[in-house]
Amino acid sequence: MSNQELPPAAAAQRRLPALELATLGRFAARGRRNGIVVAFVVLFIVLAFSSSAFATKTNLLNILDQQASTLIIAAAATLVLVAGNIDLSMGSVYVLAGVVAAQVAQSTSSTLAILIGILVGLGIGAVNGVIVTVLRINSLIATLAMSFVVAGLGSLVTSGNLIILLGHPGFGDLAGTVVLGVKSSVWITLAFVLIMGLLLTRTVVGHYMSAAGGNAPAARLAGVPVRLVQMLTFTLLGGAAALGGVIDDSRVLSAQASSDFGQTLTFTVIAGVVIGGTSILGGAGSVWRTFFGVLFIALIGNGYALLGLDPLYQQITLGGLMLLAVALDAWATRSTR
Amino acid sequence: MPPTGAAEADVHVELSGVCKQFGAVRALDDVSLVIRRGQVHALVGENGAGKSTLGRIVAGALSPDSGELFVGGERVQFRSPREALRHGIAAVSQEAAIVPGFSAVENVMLGGEAQTVGIVRRRELRRRFAELTETAGFSIPPDKPGAAMSPAEQQKVEILRALTRNAELLILDEPTAALGAGEKRQLHEIVRSLVAAGKTVILVSHFLAEVLQLADTVTVMRDGRLIRTSPAAVESEQSLIQAMLGRSLDATFPDKQPPARDAPVVMSVRELSGQGVHRVSVEVRAGEIVGLAGLVGAGRTEFARIAFAADPRTSGEVVIDGRRARRLSPRGSLAAGLALLPESRKDDGLIFTRSVAQNVSIASLPRFARFGVLDFRAERRAAEDAMRRSTVSGRPAAGVGTLSGGNQQKALFARIILRSPRVVIVDEPTRGVDVGSKRAIYEMLIEFAALGGGVLLISSDVEEILGLAHRVLVMRAGRVVRELEGEEITESAVLTAAFEYEPDGRGEAA
Repeated sequence: MSNQELPPAAAAQRRLPALELATLGRFAARGRRNGIVVAFVVLFIVLAFSSSAFATKTNLLNILDQQASTLIIAAAATLVLVAGNIDLSMGSVYVLAGVVAAQVAQSTSSTLAILIGILVGLGIGAVNGVIVTVLRINSLIATLAMSFVVAGLGSLVTSGNLIILLGHPGFGDLAGTVVLGVKSSVWITLAFVLIMGLLLTRTVVGHYMSAAGGNAPAARLAGVPVRLVQMLTFTLLGGAAALGGVIDDSRVLSAQASSDFGQTLTFTVIAGVVIGGTSILGGAGSVWRTFFGVLFIALIGNGYALLGLDPLYQQITLGGLMLLAVALDAWATRSTR
Repeated sequence: MPPTGAAEADVHVELSGVCKQFGAVRALDDVSLVIRRGQVHALVGENGAGKSTLGRIVAGALSPDSGELFVGGERVQFRSPREALRHGIAAVSQEAAIVPGFSAVENVMLGGEAQTVGIVRRRELRRRFAELTETAGFSIPPDKPGAAMSPAEQQKVEILRALTRNAELLILDEPTAALGAGEKRQLHEIVRSLVAAGKTVILVSHFLAEVLQLADTVTVMRDGRLIRTSPAAVESEQSLIQAMLGRSLDATFPDKQPPARDAPVVMSVRELSGQGVHRVSVEVRAGEIVGLAGLVGAGRTEFARIAFAADPRTSGEVVIDGRRARRLSPRGSLAAGLALLPESRKDDGLIFTRSVAQNVSIASLPRFARFGVLDFRAERRAAEDAMRRSTVSGRPAAGVGTLSGGNQQKALFARIILRSPRVVIVDEPTRGVDVGSKRAIYEMLIEFAALGGGVLLISSDVEEILGLAHRVLVMRAGRVVRELEGEEITESAVLTAAFEYEPDGRGEAA
């Protein structure tokens, strides 16, 4: 039945007439827009009151430093999701770039090693992009497959060993240089997140990403170079994953291929992006909300630790939040079409 | 008509004081209406007049905020379409629910399969299908898979499906909107045979000619209110339009302004071939509107998409203003000065996650950027200007999904206007659009041509082709089979060419 002549609220009602989905949809859209900021502020205040150790400069900067790689990768991952795809290989790229850089640093300058690490990430990202857009393989499966390939390459590079960088203090400067009382890892993160945010909202390419993810066939007919733009998002994410990898190497001055953190990272990042309200269906999302989404997850971890709660509850909370975020997205989407 | 509540013999459904509100919009305002058994009762009105809402309330897809509904004299309150079906009322939706991998038989019997302990009894299904098509007076090949069905066949499946569930009243919402001329006729036959079999039909339609042909009774709605109900015999297109708009609007088309004799060719398509299109050549001159007519499936949309380089071509070329596109892609075509208004604004036109203004500006973004960084204000100003010129009513910052169908279509025109191409191909530009927007779209096309642009108009609405085109090409089976100019452009000439069966030149006699 045609719904052209009805307000979109009615289109939502068609599917579930018993529920007032129209109202729910509008509420959900607002929740998706502002929910994460409100939740973040509330949690922040609660933690500040319940633990004197929380709202200290040291603790907060510490959180940012620890979350540097996650925040950087999540910012770029937001673009991939907005453009209508997903990438499951970022954790593996993070690990591979880290070990490649560490390995290269053994025999040459740290700066060059870091650059090579990032180039490796950009290269794998570009390959992901080509596989998804040119070979037209579903991004979920393509990048899942790539994550195995890349993880394997990582083990190949290190032969399973831990690479120690203690003899190369130059490598540590990347994350550990203190400027204005704040570590460079935090500065790099803030700069990168800001650039990704501006790229998405203020540039032609960013608007092309949103259009490509919103309705790819329509975007193509409107002259948007859909494939090129999607390829760019994968490449950026590859580079971001590599940047995250070398920053974390730099923080701990070691690297190893069998990093569990790498595998968990992919899911933490996606959780952060989704909790930040970016649509898993593509076409709508925001980098700064991703920023809050990731930090929100970090606050839960930090806060539960400070309050001495069992880490199990942290996982349960995270899972529940993701469900809520995805549900809000689904309802909001229904009300706009 | 005063609500009686009493069961008259021939009253099938009665609504009394029905109201329905969507947010701030009053979709139905105190509507009372009697629908008589065995009649075709048409609901007409502009988009947003409330006719679909009314249909959905009768079908149980929506429940009214207040007011009463009677079926056969009995007061009912439907909470779902399923409950309405129990009272013999079924809605046949425009977007048919067809399982692509199922045969016609399976699709028709979906949900009501004859089964023994969960195992479908195929032979029983077939027998019942045969009975059903016998009584309904129309049929479809029983083994045809859903994926291969034309829109008309999908509609038939929906109607048959309703009949298997003993529907006594069928609600058809824009049943012919997606159909070609021949399929339309078939559907009209089906409606007539349904009524002959004693069924009641509520017909929601934008096509006034169709309404006048089929309906016994016509109800005109405007702004959620019932304007009048009268026998179709006393109405004319003019009188209906007046009632719908509340003012007099010339239903006929503006006078044609033919292009100058020596107007240059702005688009030249030479021997274009591709999937479903065989060596089609078309020339459009500056200031000219060329109509491309034909049945659904004749290859018109395929031609448009291949010419715009949205789909691959196997041979041929497209020259705009003497130049070929540098790259074979929609982007390349746009750069060369060719724009396309796609057939489906929902699938291929609008980006629903973005605002109205963003949908308008998307094809012209680089114009508002320096080093890739957008100048928001310039973008916004230009988009709003284009919206004004194409008379889109709606907030620029609102989601594009909040617009009515007519305004959505006009927003796509705004996108094209902003891009200012030399030639536009418009594919079914007024499908599912209200009368007011239709008129606005016609005026835009005429103005675009008058300013020296070229228009290729694809339409299944023959009146539209006759009313607008300076020259008409008729396609059949992927080829252009006839060219009509000036006085030759008549409904019968277009339809004859579209329907002819011998593609070997005998059509010339027509």
